[in-house]
Amino acid sequence: MKFTLHVWRQAGPTAAGAFSTYEATDISGDMSFLEMMDAVNESLIERGEQPVAFDHDCREGICGMCGMMINGIAHGPMRATATCQLFMRHFTDGDAIYIEPWRARAFPVIKDLVVDRSAFDRVIAAGGYITAPTGGARDANTILVSKSDADDAMDAAACIGCGACVAACPNGSASLFAGAKIAHLGVLPQGQAERRQRVLRMIAQMDEEAFGGCTWHGECHEACPKAISLDVIARMNGDYLRALWTTHEEKQEQGAG
Amino acid sequence: MAGSRAQASLGVGRVHRARLFWQSTVGKKIVMSVTGLIMVGFVLLHMIGNLQLFESAARLNAYSHFLHHTINELLWLVRIVLLVSVVLHIVAAAQLTRIDRAARPVGYRKQDRQAATVASRSMRWGGVAIALFVIFHLLHLTTGTIQPVPYAPGDVYANVVGGFRVWWVTLIYVLAMIALGLHIFHGAWSSIRTLGVSRPRPEPTRRPVATLLAVVLWAGFSIVPLAVFFGWVR
Repeated sequence: MKFTLHVWRQAGPTAAGAFSTYEATDISGDMSFLEMMDAVNESLIERGEQPVAFDHDCREGICGMCGMMINGIAHGPMRATATCQLFMRHFTDGDAIYIEPWRARAFPVIKDLVVDRSAFDRVIAAGGYITAPTGGARDANTILVSKSDADDAMDAAACIGCGACVAACPNGSASLFAGAKIAHLGVLPQGQAERRQRVLRMIAQMDEEAFGGCTWHGECHEACPKAISLDVIARMNGDYLRALWTTHEEKQEQGAG
Repeated sequence: MAGSRAQASLGVGRVHRARLFWQSTVGKKIVMSVTGLIMVGFVLLHMIGNLQLFESAARLNAYSHFLHHTINELLWLVRIVLLVSVVLHIVAAAQLTRIDRAARPVGYRKQDRQAATVASRSMRWGGVAIALFVIFHLLHLTTGTIQPVPYAPGDVYANVVGGFRVWWVTLIYVLAMIALGLHIFHGAWSSIRTLGVSRPRPEPTRRPVATLLAVVLWAGFSIVPLAVFFGWVR
């Protein structure tokens, strides 16, 4: 197969970027999108040019490192698929493909298609954890969790933090990501103690990082390689409202004195 | 002593929290959804009131008299609530729009929307259109400042029927009601979710209630100018 790639090239965070056009030839339909990029990079290296920088790690769709805007769709045209699991057979021979980095103020470009997603780490650090040590492995069912709660927690925990939700959102909102992180702890018994502080702090951090707000276009869910449901955003908002009615946050910060 | 200090800190906490609420994007969205739902409630009552036109001129004018004289204080209370809602809704929308635009300073060369609807994408400009329409509508039928035909205070039926015989008045109303229908199709559905209420379903963007509400409001409002314009009501 043969493709014409229009790739965003940017030498560094402050450099001006532009699209460069490359021909990808001798591409097998069984190559993943990233393998196709590898082949293009090898030909660039042979010609003595800088290869295209892009993030990747596990290449089996579970780490959340890879991700690029492919013809205007985050992670490309297949639903619930990360870029590394997208195969060239899903394209038509001779296609022109535009490849761009995630675009958001909170995700500055480092180089070419690589963006800095540490804003996500800071949102997690603001409250996406349980403080108490969980101790050793317990006997099964000492803490009872209903099947539906376990399913909801698992579905939300599938978030790999790739940033496609932000990239696809017309508002550059991180609501699906934050909602997933809040939901996967918030539906389990272990997550209850810090449920209120968690939502207040993570939303405050999300705003601090200059992500936009949610207007329910639903683009994030379509782009998500794990097909995380929009319901996590509603759950986040519900938790936020409940947290506002209580005084937990102030009591904590002012201490016992 | 300890008690009063606890109370004082609680008071500070409330002010602090109200500020945090208004500063957060989620807080502003919640303000928009509550004020939006108040306005949806109002337009629904307004539409039902309008439909009395089809019964008789006397019935419509009696309803107007009832609102303006019998329950005048309540009418003003409703007007104040609506005015506060409109202002909060618009201020929050304007601030969120700025935040959202700033969140993506560099756009995409290519963007292929997968889920956004005409309604969801037209919320901002549609909202502006509705606001401009409301100003026009108040100047037309409430204050009588814009007079396509001479304005008769108190004779709602004559003002409505006279006004909607003018083609451009009917056109403005009909276009505005399309904007309203689209705004409610997305807004009624999303505001409930913004308030944290959602029932997980396999098709997350299906919205039977909001669709019905949008269609009923669009049709219920549009039928009045159209009925007059085409001579079904004289």
